[in-house]
Amino acid sequence: MVRPDTFQEVRKHLARLSDAELETHFWNLAYECVQPIVELARTHTSPSIERSVLMRMGIDSLTCQSVVAECEKRGLLGRGAGHVVLVCMWEWDCDAVEAAARLARGDGWEIAEAKWGGAR
Amino acid sequence: MSDAPLDPRVKIDIQALLDGIQDYRPRRRGWQWREPVPDQRLFEFTYRESSRPLERSIPLPAAHYFDDIDPQPECVITTEIASGRFEDDIRRMRMAAWHGADHMMVIRTAGQSHIDGLLEGTPEGVGGVPITRKQVRVTRRALDLIEDEVGRPINYHSYVSGVAGPEIAVMFAEEGVAGAHQDPQYNVLYRNINMYRSFVDAAEAKHVMASVRMLQIDGAHNANATAIKAWKVMPELLVQHAINCAFSRAVGMRSEDIALSTVPPDAAPAPCMRMDIPYAIALRDFFGEYRMRAQQNTRYMESDAREATVAHVMNVLISRLTSADIQSTITPDEGRNVPWHYNNIAAVDTAKQSLVGMDGLREMVTVNREDPELKARVRKLKERAVLFLEAMLAEGGYFAGVEEAYFVDSGEYPETNDDGIVRASDGGVAEGTIVERADDYMAPVCHHFGENHLPESAGDGEGKPCDLIGGCTLCDIDRVPWTDELDPTDNVHERLSRTAEMRERGLIKPEVQWAGDGVVVVTMFLPAGERVAEAAALELGRAMNLADCEVIHKRVMHPAEGTLIELRGRLDVAIDPTTLVIPEPPEELSDEEIRDFVAEHDLKVVAATVGEDEHSVGMREILDIKHGGLEKWSFDCTYLGTSVPVEKVLDAAIEHAATVVLISTIISHADIHRENMEKLAALAAEKGVRDRLLLISGGTQVTDELARSWGMDAGFGRGTHGVDVASFIVRTMRERGM
Repeated sequence: MVRPDTFQEVRKHLARLSDAELETHFWNLAYECVQPIVELARTHTSPSIERSVLMRMGIDSLTCQSVVAECEKRGLLGRGAGHVVLVCMWEWDCDAVEAAARLARGDGWEIAEAKWGGAR
Repeated sequence: MSDAPLDPRVKIDIQALLDGIQDYRPRRRGWQWREPVPDQRLFEFTYRESSRPLERSIPLPAAHYFDDIDPQPECVITTEIASGRFEDDIRRMRMAAWHGADHMMVIRTAGQSHIDGLLEGTPEGVGGVPITRKQVRVTRRALDLIEDEVGRPINYHSYVSGVAGPEIAVMFAEEGVAGAHQDPQYNVLYRNINMYRSFVDAAEAKHVMASVRMLQIDGAHNANATAIKAWKVMPELLVQHAINCAFSRAVGMRSEDIALSTVPPDAAPAPCMRMDIPYAIALRDFFGEYRMRAQQNTRYMESDAREATVAHVMNVLISRLTSADIQSTITPDEGRNVPWHYNNIAAVDTAKQSLVGMDGLREMVTVNREDPELKARVRKLKERAVLFLEAMLAEGGYFAGVEEAYFVDSGEYPETNDDGIVRASDGGVAEGTIVERADDYMAPVCHHFGENHLPESAGDGEGKPCDLIGGCTLCDIDRVPWTDELDPTDNVHERLSRTAEMRERGLIKPEVQWAGDGVVVVTMFLPAGERVAEAAALELGRAMNLADCEVIHKRVMHPAEGTLIELRGRLDVAIDPTTLVIPEPPEELSDEEIRDFVAEHDLKVVAATVGEDEHSVGMREILDIKHGGLEKWSFDCTYLGTSVPVEKVLDAAIEHAATVVLISTIISHADIHRENMEKLAALAAEKGVRDRLLLISGGTQVTDELARSWGMDAGFGRGTHGVDVASFIVRTMRERGM
């Protein structure tokens, strides 16, 4: 939409604000803008986030790629890829690096399946 | 693990940096500011805005008039380095650090934003470096050595953007990267990455960055660089900064770790300072609790390095009149090619020179905030930004605003020209890849953002989330895994093997970005119009035996009279330094030592320009006190004038009981300078005074070697100063027991 500069018409409600009030209003609006986005981020995850979780578990990037790709395929991302690895660690009594390596080789997905149901 | 310190006389050893890199650990995490020194005294001056000096540095060219001081401004100075080969960038970082840069910003290779995952190894990049763990670690290792060499911490910086932001943030946190660009709006607007994915990822990435106090720089300046009319986007810039700041705060960042990337939007011939200062003030009013990273305007930068440098200085003036925590630099050649070594240094020097020259300026020159034009403009910009946010919220929020092309429109909001960037919420790269967290979602690691249903034993009270797995990499660095090269041919080891001979034999080849690239630039004025000059320059380049010639800059001096050309070419010649004959530089003695010796020996000097030669300037430089000549140390000098016969010079020396005879011989036609020197030596021998005289000749065609072979005790050529001659006299008289 092309619109001429309507500044003088649309600013009327701002004219009465002091500089300090204008600044407060600006920041209130900015936080209002991001609030739903923060909520979206709080309640969602992504392949990159899940790989970053696995990285922090000491897992190398190639293994992170393959475990997260399989989690995506099996609809397990919403449970947390780290969670999948953790469940296998407990089942196999091994550390995260070994559990992830075995998952990357194709082992252990039945453990996740038993807990959360079959692949989607 | 600690490396042997760098020796300023020796090149940094890239191979040694690679050896054992899998075991190298960063010495710290987080950002380092400079240490301000209030009212610092250096030489005869007091600095109001300076920081702790460097232990080793290269001062500004004029510093030798000021006791070689190298005042360091209080703000961090950035240099952006991006040749595509990090092993060559490391050498450039060392040079930049010596000139005063302490923020090394490494540009990523083209396309890395769209790679969904981490890259590994050390492949070559295009227009930047592929950012990988190995590349980051080797660079950090080099910077640890370089910061010890110069005596100031150096911040290493790259980008946490694209579709692998959270992974890069974790890798950077593990590897001690000090600062990073992170702004999801950049992904959305300029990389067309799906908006939901960008923001969801950004929350995680920012949360991780905050955990190690990595400094975040936002991406708002890109709107300025993209806009058709950059002076129209000022309200939007305030909005973009606010969205990233508010989002960052909401996910856990501290305000002092957030820097706004701000650029004066305009450039001359617009009256840019009057246009940009109100914006700089409005920004600093609204964002007072955040850091300012002042960047140079690039929107209107073309191939003219002089123009870019002047723009830079004007931008720095705005920084000095308002504020800047980081003064970034753009190389003056960025408008024409990927930055070259010496242009990084030029830009750092420009920033340092300007900041130091404008030190404390604000105490005497202040922006008049009561000026009606300024006051009204500042207020208008703020109101326009508020109107932008109000309208976007009424539209349905930020995502709706992006879908409705609110951003990078060429109208000054609320004016719109319907030419903003449009992105669909259900489109873009990685669309449809975010997933809702289930009611038992769990991530057993530290510094994870958002819902995380940890068992009661972890995540609250004393426990850490990573207790569940026995520790995470952010708590225990030894858990960080190592991945080496994945590509057997595209890696640093292969590249280094191609230049191994040059390094081992110390061969010298010109370069601008990569070892041995052979690139040179020839500057020439051609008395022809633009098109003819360009064609002629290419032909001249070929005649100079240059390959791959390209005109990288031209500037018309007059449509018919001439054109300035800068021609780039490649010279495939390497010089073996062992074949060069380089005379040892004579040692300079101290003023005191020379003065004492002259007084003790009551030294007398007879000087003249000999033969039919009317040149006197050179000899005056060597003798006169005002040029730092021999009189400075109280040598008793008798100057006989020009065109003096050699016989007369010798007679005068005997008459004055002089010890030193200086002759100047500029004219060298038909070897007349040789004849005069030989004649002087022969006459002195004939008269039996050769042993008690020092015979010294000077002139543009004179070398020490030639003069000695013609019977003199020494010869001095171009660039000689009084101190060189004085030092020679004192040293030689001591050696000979005169």
